[in-house]
Amino acid sequence: MSEMQLKNPMLRWIEYRLPIFSFIDHSVGSQYPAPKNLNYWWNFGSLAGIALVMQIATGIMLAMHYTPHADMAFDSVERIMREVNYGWLLRYFHANGASLFFLVVYIHIFRGLYYGSYKYPRELLWWFGLIIFVLMMATAFMGYVLPWGQMSYWAATVITNLFTAIPWIGVGITEWLWGGFTVGNPTLVRFYSLHYLLPFVIVGAVFLHLWALHQHKSNNPLGIDIKGPQDTIPFHPYYTYKDLVGLGVFLVVLFGFVFYHPNYMGHPDNYIPANPLQTPAHIVPEWYFLPFYAILRAIPSKLGGVIVMAASILVLFLIPWLDTSRVRSTKFRPVYRWFFIFLVIDVVLLGIVGAKPPEGIWILIGRLATLYYFLHFIIFMPFVGWFERPLPIPDSIHQPVLGAAVGAAAAGENKR
Amino acid sequence: MKRAILAIAVTALGLSLSAGAFAAGDDVKHPEQRSWSWDGVFGKFDRSQMQRGYQVYKEVCAACHALQYVSFRNLTEIGFSDGQAKALAASYEVDDGPNDDGEMFKRPGRLADPLPKPFANEKAARAANNGAFPPNLSLITKARHDGPNYLYSLMVGYGQPPAGVKLSEGMNYNPYFSGNQIAMAPPLADGAVQYGDNTQATVKQMAEDVTAFLTWAAEPSLEARKRLGFKVMIFLLVMTGLFIAAKQRVWRDLH
Repeated sequence: MSEMQLKNPMLRWIEYRLPIFSFIDHSVGSQYPAPKNLNYWWNFGSLAGIALVMQIATGIMLAMHYTPHADMAFDSVERIMREVNYGWLLRYFHANGASLFFLVVYIHIFRGLYYGSYKYPRELLWWFGLIIFVLMMATAFMGYVLPWGQMSYWAATVITNLFTAIPWIGVGITEWLWGGFTVGNPTLVRFYSLHYLLPFVIVGAVFLHLWALHQHKSNNPLGIDIKGPQDTIPFHPYYTYKDLVGLGVFLVVLFGFVFYHPNYMGHPDNYIPANPLQTPAHIVPEWYFLPFYAILRAIPSKLGGVIVMAASILVLFLIPWLDTSRVRSTKFRPVYRWFFIFLVIDVVLLGIVGAKPPEGIWILIGRLATLYYFLHFIIFMPFVGWFERPLPIPDSIHQPVLGAAVGAAAAGENKR
Repeated sequence: MKRAILAIAVTALGLSLSAGAFAAGDDVKHPEQRSWSWDGVFGKFDRSQMQRGYQVYKEVCAACHALQYVSFRNLTEIGFSDGQAKALAASYEVDDGPNDDGEMFKRPGRLADPLPKPFANEKAARAANNGAFPPNLSLITKARHDGPNYLYSLMVGYGQPPAGVKLSEGMNYNPYFSGNQIAMAPPLADGAVQYGDNTQATVKQMAEDVTAFLTWAAEPSLEARKRLGFKVMIFLLVMTGLFIAAKQRVWRDLH
């Protein structure tokens, strides 16, 4: 790493022995070049990182007051809400923060899908992102169990029961997960332990995600490679300031929920203490799991549902190869653009189906939407990529001037 | 295109949230939508209304329903003086012990004591209530959809079952209750309590008052939350404005 000009002798002393300041400067500072054309959709990566840090900070403080025991967990949460100074703020912050963390990550994922950020040479970057997403789902699920309300208990029961679908060893695995013959105190305590552990595993995965990101730098709305220094600007101050704008808006939305609608995204049944003898009328997960819940229920067999739900995430690992298009950005893909819009609608529809009781027309809609989800990735993605004629691609990020001849040449060049 | 994506994203969020919030259907009547003093950005509880509500709880509901997350000391938050709360606490006998001789004993209640439960345990409650378990009311307005409106509607919603509806033994008809049959007999009747402030104790008045009291009991931090929230939101909006200005300034020399 190059020498850094530091005025402060103390910082210079540290830098000489441990070059941490130049490391930061090369990672997210003035020495990290970013494409100059990143739009506001590129805010959501750093926003997700900030959301993770906020969840860890509030979570550590909640853990100081929470009691992981089946007989005391619910009361201890109420104690946080009533007796702990600003405990209500901590808890509402953490609960709504989790929801908005998912919202940010979903936007981040769809941004990657739209601009082809998963394509060569960013396949591993995409994979680490998906691994983070899966870890987040596990963490959020286990966190939701901790208040030990009715939805906590029954969500834990429904989800852990999925493992019983595995032939031969399913029941054994499930009882091993439970630490008993049903969801109970041992389950709660281990979920608490893992809920504390996994966020730090996520931090590790985030470092790998960023490492892979720094290797080939950010993709950009044009989806073309950085050709030289004229295509980039330093991350700091340009994108640090641009990200602050997104952070400001994010905090306004988050605290709007925290202070004025703290229970809007929660379920009232979770203010009823867990009761193993009484099943709630409708067991629904938090909103961010609804599309996957719909896919799970679309298949009439339990094992089939589990496999298809797992496949709905695993298929995302394959899209760097399922997408056969020569261009990254959907901006230049007049046909695929429609398929992208249909995919977004389809996922939203799955979310709605996930919230409805599985009866009547919703069963059919859920099945069709599930089918379409897989058709999109397995059929439309490769075939549209083969047959679609992309629009002319600009020559460079620096000069996105379109000339038909130049554009065609660039399209060929961009092929790898 | 960008606008289209944004529109989709916003609609997506809205739809999935509302779909989640209104998942339950059934033939339950939708609660009457009322406006409450604690609604809105500047919402506040009405102290005298909550004190009336506490009276209704104490004289009517407390015969069967616990309120275990509320302690006597909390009653100062709804406008009772320390002395009044102490006197209220002292009017109850609570179990304590063991003392130095190893024996349990009774003593007058103190501010630190939670409001006493009407039944020792769930079995005792069921035995006394035709098999039904009167729920703890500490969180009731948060534990039901549209809690305050639901609670109010349930209180005033009792009536004769429509033709063709057959009630089970000991049940009462209430269109707002899941399944339309509720074990609780109509709890309120005009004049069931004698208010100290000359408010007419009609069923609707008492239902409103007890709803206010129980909403506070479920969310005692509501006022503090909204007060702090307003300051935080102003701060965040100004901060975001400054961020936008700073970003414009930093980016100005780029084209």
